[in-house]
Amino acid sequence: MKKSVFFGAMTAAGLAAGAAAAGTLDDVKERGKLNCGVTTGLIGFAAPDANGEWKGFDVSVCRAVAAAALGDATAVEFVPTTGKTRFTALASGEIDMLARNTTWTFSRDVDLKFDFVGVNYYDGQGFMVPKELGVSSAKELDGATVCIQTGTTTELNLADFFRSNNISYEPVPIETNAEAQQQYLAGACDVYTTDASGLAATRAAFENPGDHVLLPEIISKEPLGPLVRHGDNDWGDVVRWTLNALITAEELGVTSANVGEMASAGNNPEVSRLLGSEGGLGAMLGLDADAFKRAIETQGNYGEIFAKNIGEDTPIGLARGLNAQWTEGGLLYSPPFR
Amino acid sequence: MSDTPAQSVAFVRETAIPPSPAPANASGIVKWMRDNLFATWPNALLTIASIYVIYLILAGTMPWIFNGVWNTNSLAECREVLDGTVGACFSVLTERWNQLLFGFKYPVDQYWRPLTAFLLMFAALAPVLFFDLPRKLLIITALFPFVAYWLIWGGTIWTPLFALLGFVAGYLVYARFVTQSFAVGFFGGVFAAVVVWIVTGYITPMLAPEQPLLEAVPSRDLGGYMLNMMLGLTCVSLSLPLGIALALGRQSSMPLIKWICVIFIEFIRGVPLITLLFVANVMLAYFFPPGSGVDLFLRVVIMITMFSSAYIAEVIRGGLAALPKGQYEAADSLGLDYPQAMRLIILPQALKISIPGIVNIAVGLFKDTTLVSVISMFDILGMIRGPILASTDWNGVYWELLGFACVVFFVVCYSISQYSQWLERRLATDHR
Repeated sequence: MKKSVFFGAMTAAGLAAGAAAAGTLDDVKERGKLNCGVTTGLIGFAAPDANGEWKGFDVSVCRAVAAAALGDATAVEFVPTTGKTRFTALASGEIDMLARNTTWTFSRDVDLKFDFVGVNYYDGQGFMVPKELGVSSAKELDGATVCIQTGTTTELNLADFFRSNNISYEPVPIETNAEAQQQYLAGACDVYTTDASGLAATRAAFENPGDHVLLPEIISKEPLGPLVRHGDNDWGDVVRWTLNALITAEELGVTSANVGEMASAGNNPEVSRLLGSEGGLGAMLGLDADAFKRAIETQGNYGEIFAKNIGEDTPIGLARGLNAQWTEGGLLYSPPFR
Repeated sequence: MSDTPAQSVAFVRETAIPPSPAPANASGIVKWMRDNLFATWPNALLTIASIYVIYLILAGTMPWIFNGVWNTNSLAECREVLDGTVGACFSVLTERWNQLLFGFKYPVDQYWRPLTAFLLMFAALAPVLFFDLPRKLLIITALFPFVAYWLIWGGTIWTPLFALLGFVAGYLVYARFVTQSFAVGFFGGVFAAVVVWIVTGYITPMLAPEQPLLEAVPSRDLGGYMLNMMLGLTCVSLSLPLGIALALGRQSSMPLIKWICVIFIEFIRGVPLITLLFVANVMLAYFFPPGSGVDLFLRVVIMITMFSSAYIAEVIRGGLAALPKGQYEAADSLGLDYPQAMRLIILPQALKISIPGIVNIAVGLFKDTTLVSVISMFDILGMIRGPILASTDWNGVYWELLGFACVVFFVVCYSISQYSQWLERRLATDHR
């Protein structure tokens, strides 16, 4: 009896939250600020700098959406969320969108009632080994001791990979990335495995990063992307097409430096539609014509954002890999702006 | 005639021999070492072993500390300066000093506000902690919460003023009626205060100026060690009176009050603090419409206060149980009513017995405030684990940051413990 009352109240509260969230774009415009959920700190993806200003790959997505919807890339209220609080923060309406390196999975999309609007980073589980081991492929790791975070999907992926290749390993369970870093450096395990971007960031923090190599095998799919609540498709479209605009801009060669010039040149119709000088695409979303132009102007295109935050010139030094444009052998493929 | 005694005794000493210093091996440092360090063979061996262990620890840490680098801008730069030698990168502390103390969102030009509140805290705590000081100083203590609230959160000055007004009204009503009956005075006071707060709650928005004197800072922007201090101080000072009330309620002869207190205490003690914090952060958000709702800081304060008051209640109940029954009967025989007996006879003795337990819980509570980092509040530990370690500049600096957190917590907790020992000596009125 008690239980049913409680769940009834929960459902009612959930419905109320859903109803209140119906016009997220209007809410955001009225508030004048975008509430964007980010991590409490992940190197390269989202972290406040020494002046308290949020910087990072995911942060740029939030800022681009704010620039498109509100005309001001700084009109963002960053709400730091942990892995445990992120989904309730989004479901309860505390945040308008979540850009927190969240893997797009079936159950999160369907069961938790969220909409992933796209993928801004294709990640996957990789391996890091000391160079002196002389290993060049994960298939040579027979009998290795592996540092692995317990209770994560990486643990299951690892078991699958070793079993399907018919080789054995000995797991060393660890709790956090920080612990893994220390254990690995102390030689408690031969191999450390987690998401490839995390491995790169971890290696970047080592005293001698050159002594460690990332193996070429990527053994799982971890598409990370921004997400919004289920059921408010207008708002979902705004976030989705802002992300697509950043990707398309790179494909078409529009950068933050030349965006003004490209918009007025008008010799490529798709660029003109993207930047709002023709076609009226912005108005269809309930935004103004310059929406995407502002997003690109303030944040740069996808390639610029990548290079600035996690690219090869940064300490993290990630190669584009899967995250290159489809024209260059990657997976980034934005539907056309038409 | 015989020989005079003067001739028969060869020598008679007429003055005392001046005391000579003790032999070198039975005095001073040598004796102390022989008594304390090398009394027996096993003791000597243990001493040497301990000295060796201490040497190993110091030999490992001292070069690291004294070779530390204090003025670089990133870990990579620091390692360049160290150039392969052993040394700490303390520059993370200097570069992120403000973030460690105030969090990363408190406006930089407003840091003087929490600092002023911090200094005022000593003035406010002094009359409470050292009761030999003039009692009039307690006025500072009474005003401190309102001043500190205004300094830290800013915004319109009317909010803390009206809150204060409510307490004043409540006290006046209490003082007027307490001569008749404690209960009438108490509940009358509470009622008066609530009425004042409700009425002024409607007036405040009208009076609030567009540009308040002190810029308003939302709770979400608080952080760093400041947040730990605020949570610790607020929750300890709130949970002590609540704990006393619960302890007395649990001993009450009125079944309803007794059972409410018992259930509250047993429920709270049976639930981990982290669960309560998750409820405060996550679950409550479902029950309020988006955008409104109670301030997160307040929610956390309520949860931690409930948690520690349940523990303090049990400690005080122990103190009450330790009092001889004769004390209760003596109070009755003097014709004191229940509140008087409690205030004048029972509680002063029971609280004195409970001091070590209460201090124990206060220290534990203060350290538990770091748990708020798991619900994405940026206290000092949250700052370290989140923003600082996640910055590209400082990813990989663990010992320096966590060591710093240890030091600042140790300073406060050790002071609390020293104070409580002083208090116990000061209150030792029995002649055992």
